[in-house]
Amino acid sequence: MFDSTALHKTIEMLPYFLNVLGIGALTTVGLTAAAFVVAALLGFCLALMRLSRSRVLSLIASLYLEVFRNVPILTQLFILYFGLTYIGITLPAIGAAIIGFGLNGAAILSEVFRSSIRTIDRGQSEAAYSIGMTRAVAMRIIVLPQAFKVAIPGMANFAIGLLKDTSLASAAAVPELTFKARMLVSETYQTNLIYFLLAIIYLVLSLVLSHWAARTERRLKVVKEN
Amino acid sequence: MAESTPLVRIEGLYKSFGSLDVLKGIDLNVQQGQKISLIGPSGSGKTTLLRCVNYLEEPTRGDIYIDNELIGQRLVGTRKVPMSDKELARMRTEIGMVFQRFNLFPHLSVLENIILGPLKVQQRSRAEAVELAEDLLNKVGMFAKRDVYPEQLSGGQQQRIAIARALAMRPKLMLFDEATSALDPELVGEVLTVMRKLAEEGMTMIIVTHEMHFAESVSDQVIFMADGNIVEQGPPRQIFRESQIERTRSFIRAVQEH
Repeated sequence: MFDSTALHKTIEMLPYFLNVLGIGALTTVGLTAAAFVVAALLGFCLALMRLSRSRVLSLIASLYLEVFRNVPILTQLFILYFGLTYIGITLPAIGAAIIGFGLNGAAILSEVFRSSIRTIDRGQSEAAYSIGMTRAVAMRIIVLPQAFKVAIPGMANFAIGLLKDTSLASAAAVPELTFKARMLVSETYQTNLIYFLLAIIYLVLSLVLSHWAARTERRLKVVKEN
Repeated sequence: MAESTPLVRIEGLYKSFGSLDVLKGIDLNVQQGQKISLIGPSGSGKTTLLRCVNYLEEPTRGDIYIDNELIGQRLVGTRKVPMSDKELARMRTEIGMVFQRFNLFPHLSVLENIILGPLKVQQRSRAEAVELAEDLLNKVGMFAKRDVYPEQLSGGQQQRIAIARALAMRPKLMLFDEATSALDPELVGEVLTVMRKLAEEGMTMIIVTHEMHFAESVSDQVIFMADGNIVEQGPPRQIFRESQIERTRSFIRAVQEH
């Protein structure tokens, strides 16, 4: 039945749990942010390659997409973390995770970027060409700024998915949020409480992220005032 | 009439999309200052012809010279190779184009739409670009709207801004691709007025249009096209009133019935 001393003990341990999980959360946020940057930069290049007139570039990008989209992220992480060690390259766990999620995310984001660019009417590029812009300039100052607004919801979705997926890195010994939670569980056996706290933390982080994305999207809407 | 070198010279222009032949051998000269209207049923190739002039459409065969310079291609010895993107862009700065759907840049204000080309393409100073843009805004009667965004404007207003945007590059030649076809009827007049003013100032213009009264009153030459060919070319009076060719007569009759 209800044991008040056990409850008391649990409450006493709460600050400790939150402290450990807080450090894990920082790692999770850092890992997510770093992997997002890698994914966005590489994904942007891949999107441009797929849209380019060069068959070769487009094919390379498509191959990349198919490989990284169709192999489970956990498998990719294991290959990076353990496989590379085998051939003499040792990456710190967190580094391997950043690269792994970055490479994998690039495939997803490249599709977000590519489809966003394609929603921009051809007439926009044509108008740009007609006033003497080269393809590159038209892309940079006419198409991309418009496509970026279209891409924000997709980027936000990806970021939220990424935040949660980084929990997989716990399997590769990255000391992120889930890893810390499992550590606390095996240390204290407070399974329910710890996983409940874990869920709350993920939920809060995700909500902050989607709120921020929605705000950015609103702010970038063409000003309707005056 | 003794003719100087034409500003636009089109020789043996063919264009096909897949198995569909859209232009079947067009030869056409446009003199400096001339206003040419292209009329004809939809699918006759007039818009494609216009788009070939600034190479938004790449001809399948044939040559187009703008001020004696071959557009889109470069001669290497006797062989023709595609122009670089840069060279093509430079040639396009001299050819203004106005689109049926306006194609203003929605993420930029009216003024920014107009100064963009002078600033980013011609590297003019901001002060100079703004001064020119304000002159043009006055000319098209849109000065009051300089700081609003395109989506806040009517179609007629957007098209007038689009004309100003094209003129800001100080082109030698203006192409109008059904500039009033997407407009509500009551907004057509304001755009035609701007075009007429431009014609009176001596701008060389090639106009694809369904506005027959406008074509008749503004053009030096009217070209009637059908099925990818020029059926008849002549002064407006000849095409609209005195044509001896049945194909032309039946088209004119059909469009004048309403």
